[in-house]
Amino acid sequence: MPARSFNPALAALRDQIARMEGDGGPTRGALPFGVPALDRRLPQGGLALGCLHEVAGGGNGAVDGAAAACFAAGIAARLPGQVLWCVTQADLFAPGLEQAGLAPDRVIHVEAGDDVSVLACMEEGLRHGGLGAVVADVARLSMTASRRLHLAGKASGTTGIALRRWRRQADAADFGQPTAAMTRWRVSVLPSTALPVPGLSRARWLVELIRARAGESFDLELEACDGSGHLGLPAAVADRPAAAAGGRRSALA
Amino acid sequence: MPVSKAQALVPGLRVAPADPAEDAASLERLALWVLQRFSPIVAVDPPDGIVIDSTGADHLHGGEAAMLEALTGRLAMSGVTARAAIADSWGAAHALARHRAAPVFLCEPGTGESLLPPLPLAALRLPPATVAGLRTLGFVRIGDLLGQPRAPLARRFGPELCRRLDQALGQASEPIEPLRPNGLIEVRRSFAEPIAAAETIARYIGKLAVQLCAALEERELGARRLDLLCWRVDSNIQTVRVGLAQPQRDPKRLTRLLCDKIETISPGFGIEILSLTATIAEPLAARQAASRLIEEPAADLSGLIDVLANRVGVRAVYRLAPVPSDVPERSVARIAPLAEPVGAGWPDHWPRPARLLPRPEPIETMALLPDHPPVWIAWRGIRRRVRRADGPERVFGEWWKRDAELIAVRDYFRIEDDGGERFWIFRAGDGENLGTGSHRWFLHGVFG
Repeated sequence: MPARSFNPALAALRDQIARMEGDGGPTRGALPFGVPALDRRLPQGGLALGCLHEVAGGGNGAVDGAAAACFAAGIAARLPGQVLWCVTQADLFAPGLEQAGLAPDRVIHVEAGDDVSVLACMEEGLRHGGLGAVVADVARLSMTASRRLHLAGKASGTTGIALRRWRRQADAADFGQPTAAMTRWRVSVLPSTALPVPGLSRARWLVELIRARAGESFDLELEACDGSGHLGLPAAVADRPAAAAGGRRSALA
Repeated sequence: MPVSKAQALVPGLRVAPADPAEDAASLERLALWVLQRFSPIVAVDPPDGIVIDSTGADHLHGGEAAMLEALTGRLAMSGVTARAAIADSWGAAHALARHRAAPVFLCEPGTGESLLPPLPLAALRLPPATVAGLRTLGFVRIGDLLGQPRAPLARRFGPELCRRLDQALGQASEPIEPLRPNGLIEVRRSFAEPIAAAETIARYIGKLAVQLCAALEERELGARRLDLLCWRVDSNIQTVRVGLAQPQRDPKRLTRLLCDKIETISPGFGIEILSLTATIAEPLAARQAASRLIEEPAADLSGLIDVLANRVGVRAVYRLAPVPSDVPERSVARIAPLAEPVGAGWPDHWPRPARLLPRPEPIETMALLPDHPPVWIAWRGIRRRVRRADGPERVFGEWWKRDAELIAVRDYFRIEDDGGERFWIFRAGDGENLGTGSHRWFLHGVFG
């Protein structure tokens, strides 16, 4: 947390809230994204490990979940250990995941027939404790189910990513329902910048943190995962003067 | 037919003396193979058959039809020509397999009664003398017997005839005594009072697992497949089969896997015998664990894989490995989740989508031939203007696999629409020669 000033009163209050939530023990550190503009605004300077996180796509991405899958793969790629990926229908393309940084040898796929089995498999993976991360394509995620997953992840220290993906775009309104997840992200695609020659440049995402426990929401324009799972800051933003780069300062800082 | 007559009919005929004992032993070996791979309850049906209780085992192979296909297919690969039928009763299956199956026959539940009448009397598993006697009386097919009064038949041919008829129609029970070959590691427990509660079953599964693991340890074996057989008081057998990705003899883990399946056991009026067998056991010697001082031991995932595989099926848990093929659908192969790391990935010089559609979907486009990307595409009823594009990436058909792909070509483009969504589309054909493809456009994947 480079930009955050340490306030003992606030820290004590946070501890008290954590105890009231009964999550069992402190969180196990955080995984920084390697993008200062993003990490600075996250409560722990990165994505909290050993917790449940939600990722969904925006627009048509709510149905195909392609950008969300790359975002999740990028996070999983930077965590050590094997990754369990539970899906209802197998439409992930492993070469594409590899280009987001997740090598095929590291992913164990589970093709469960319905949402209930997917959640059960995800919980099983989170409880085991030997995995680096567990990703699951789920449509409906109730408060109870997400709480179970979150506690399972807390107990074993495994990070869970619920990749919310719906059959129809109309069902995506379900994303507004509260869950026990630590953070909730929405990744939508944006038009990329033009190259001087015909062709496609690196994909551009609008990464929105819709909800974060003990943190504030924000949105940020970023470049998609590279071959090692790292997000990039667009050149136009990265080259801004330092004073402007911080954007909106959070009230807690 | 005498040998001399047969030799006259077929020149160069090889004659081998009949060896019923060896035939029976060979049939038993085949039954053991079926027991290990297909179903926990298998018995020999001499002289030339094997009877399988497929209840609770067919879904592991993707349904009854798929199971029969797999069974006959694998037998054919090892040189055994087999015919198979599934029916409600042992008698009906026996008759249909021998007189109806070509080479498989699937009898819908409850239709056995309408399928049996046209079959010959020999299908009823009767002694030859009885069949001959019935033929003398003018009975040729099973249907001729069904309408007859039973008493005179029983008086003349004994109770055997009516019993076989009832068994074929499923009106008399005919339990299958499961094959238990020598050397099979089995532990069992009989109960003075039948048990039925799930907690009680779980407790005794735990006790049996401890015994079984002790037996396995004596022989330095680990279980790869476990069968739990529950004999009910009404002589019905309920089965639970679990598979393991690696040989195991940890009682806790085996108990956990078996207890996950207790809900599939229907105890009826109670279970009087529980028996646990290690149907497939493989050598498992004790070995030294990696020391923490030198290296961090890799997490053991076999327990998790077993739990998942027994929940969703063995084939639904897998890892993906690269296959050297440029055709996207063929570039990925499924391997076992605990297989050795492959190490290699896919070639990295062309971006690949994160999601690949199960099959390419036709789209409408407007494009300049032969090598320009489309100006717009219409997919699932939505028209999108193509703002930027990259391509073509030409993928040639694999002529060494199929003749139809001799000159087939696909040209892949990456396109981005106004909203920034990126798609992977291709045109079948090279844009000039219609022989290389239909020149229709398809959408194959979505980039993240």
